[in-house]
Amino acid sequence: MTGVPLVEVEDLRIDLDDGSRRVAAAEGISFRIDRGETFGLVGESGCGKSITALALIGLLRPPLSIGGGVIRFDGKEIQHLSAAGQRELRGNRIAMIFQEPMTALNPVSPVGRQIAEMFVLHKGKSWREANQLAVESLASVRVPAPERRVNDYPHQLSGGMRQRVMIAIALACGPDLLIADEPTTALDVTVQAEIIELMRNLCAERGTAILMISHDLGLVANVCRRVAVMYAGRIVEERGSADIFRAPSHPYTQGLVASLPRLGSRAALGRTRLKEIAGVVPAITGFPDGCRFNPRCAQATDICRTVAPHTDVLEAGGFVRCYHHA
Amino acid sequence: MHEPQRKPDDDLILRVEDLAVHFPLGGGLFGRERRLLRAVDGVDLSLRRGECLGLVGESGSGKSTVALSILGLLKPTHGHIVVDGREVATDSQSADRKALARTVQIVFQDPYASLNPRQTVRRTLEDPLRVHGVAAKSEIEDRVATMLKHVGLRPEQADRYPHEFSGGQRQRIGIARALILNPKIVICDEPVSALDVSIRAQIINLLLELKDTLGLSYIMISHDLGVVEHMSDRVAVMYLGRIVENGDWREIFERPAHPYTQALIAAIPDPLRHAPLATTGGDLPNPLNPPNGCAFSPRCRYAEAVCRSEPGPVLETRPDGHAVRCWRSEEIAGQAALASSLSGHP
Repeated sequence: MTGVPLVEVEDLRIDLDDGSRRVAAAEGISFRIDRGETFGLVGESGCGKSITALALIGLLRPPLSIGGGVIRFDGKEIQHLSAAGQRELRGNRIAMIFQEPMTALNPVSPVGRQIAEMFVLHKGKSWREANQLAVESLASVRVPAPERRVNDYPHQLSGGMRQRVMIAIALACGPDLLIADEPTTALDVTVQAEIIELMRNLCAERGTAILMISHDLGLVANVCRRVAVMYAGRIVEERGSADIFRAPSHPYTQGLVASLPRLGSRAALGRTRLKEIAGVVPAITGFPDGCRFNPRCAQATDICRTVAPHTDVLEAGGFVRCYHHA
Repeated sequence: MHEPQRKPDDDLILRVEDLAVHFPLGGGLFGRERRLLRAVDGVDLSLRRGECLGLVGESGSGKSTVALSILGLLKPTHGHIVVDGREVATDSQSADRKALARTVQIVFQDPYASLNPRQTVRRTLEDPLRVHGVAAKSEIEDRVATMLKHVGLRPEQADRYPHEFSGGQRQRIGIARALILNPKIVICDEPVSALDVSIRAQIINLLLELKDTLGLSYIMISHDLGVVEHMSDRVAVMYLGRIVENGDWREIFERPAHPYTQALIAAIPDPLRHAPLATTGGDLPNPLNPPNGCAFSPRCRYAEAVCRSEPGPVLETRPDGHAVRCWRSEEIAGQAALASSLSGHP
């Protein structure tokens, strides 16, 4: 089935039920990820990037629910899959790693057992075989002395080692898609480099696609081939990753790129005042009408305040949602 | 603080000499060896008036321990801390503690956790004034209003509670709280890393403006090297409780001499390229069981036998003021220069 994208999301809407009413925490979300591709979702806290990932892997729980749209995985619609169907997909074909590996791992179970469990549950192996495979998995994520480390509990490992264990669990069953939600945010920069390289190399070897979610545009642009930027529940721009940094099109993306102090820029240009994005990120319950960035946008006109812009396809590839885009 | 001492260098607002903070960790019973965590060991730092000193290093490297010692909140095992010509007493009596609080303040990382949710902004800003003997109601009101304006808030917002503010505004309140006593030194401990990315520039610009208008000196602790490069005049790099490199910001970022500093800078992803990130290998060693010789040697690509033997390298200051703790830094610099002349330029 070549030609069919691995993931296709069309007009996805995620509702938040706050007891009295439903508000859309994310809406109009559309993107596709090809086999073996690296795709990034970037945005600030509350923009809807993590819940989009949870919807993909079937882990949305009340008060959040899918309010509309289609998610296709390998050509099949999965947004209304039964719990059993979702479990079948999860772990086997879609796997996820989280920001803080200490809370994602079971603190009272040795890490080897947590890896072995994947082979027992999803591949029908005996515990004996699975334990052996767990040692191999740990070796593949370059944990030193894996035959001893399988007996360690999560608290005995450093943050970087824990994230390696998470990667080992996630990749145990050879999934087609790895979702990495802020996988290195809790880690130091040198450890981040180790984890990113490990993830990148293992996925490239095995043909696993990566959906990477982060607030760090620089990191995502380095890791992923394409990047979508989310703001207040909508994708505002999707581009090739080099383009998005060189020539951002949406005023929000432009603001983000210009507001970050980049290594080397002071040496090259002197210390200039950083460009600020005025205002604050709106709350889910108070998204503005029209383009949701309009209260913070210097280019906003009347239409921006009333009618949400449609997507404009860019000649250079990608699309943007803005009446006044570059 | 003790008697005012003679000031050897009037330009310096802060001098830290041979600071060590060790934490004994149990043991010692039944003849077992007592374990000692050397969180900070042999740290020398100086801060000039009006200067911003960047303090970088991975978590566990001792940055915050140094900060707490300077604030008088942690008792050093040995060493001297001289703030504005006066030595910070290690057996802090409350009068000294108050004098120190008027001189050195801190802006915390998380403005959600560091403000009392049950106090209005006014109360948060008034309390320090009262504790430090400002009694006149009109003066208190004036100073609160002036400070709010300084940090970009409106005086009428003073009667609101922290939850009524966004993250960026809360950090402005945190900055106002730190500055209300007119301190001379402000320690900024990761002041933007808990904030939304689109808000960070506002706070960085504000901190730099306040430094100039109020004549402050900063110690800027951050793991974000982009922010440190933007804000700092000088940068000190810590690794496992020690300073491994210290110098002018441009020297540190353009000609880093210590392999660890080089690794830190190289590990930052370049958004314009899909190039693999430079990796160092290994984690920060266990500070209870530090490696022999240079603490970075197990992760260092240049390490040789000498690097693993005791005693470890000393922090050597070059004539230009750039200090490096590495036996091989000159050879390494030579190699780097050779490599770039071979590859880069025709």
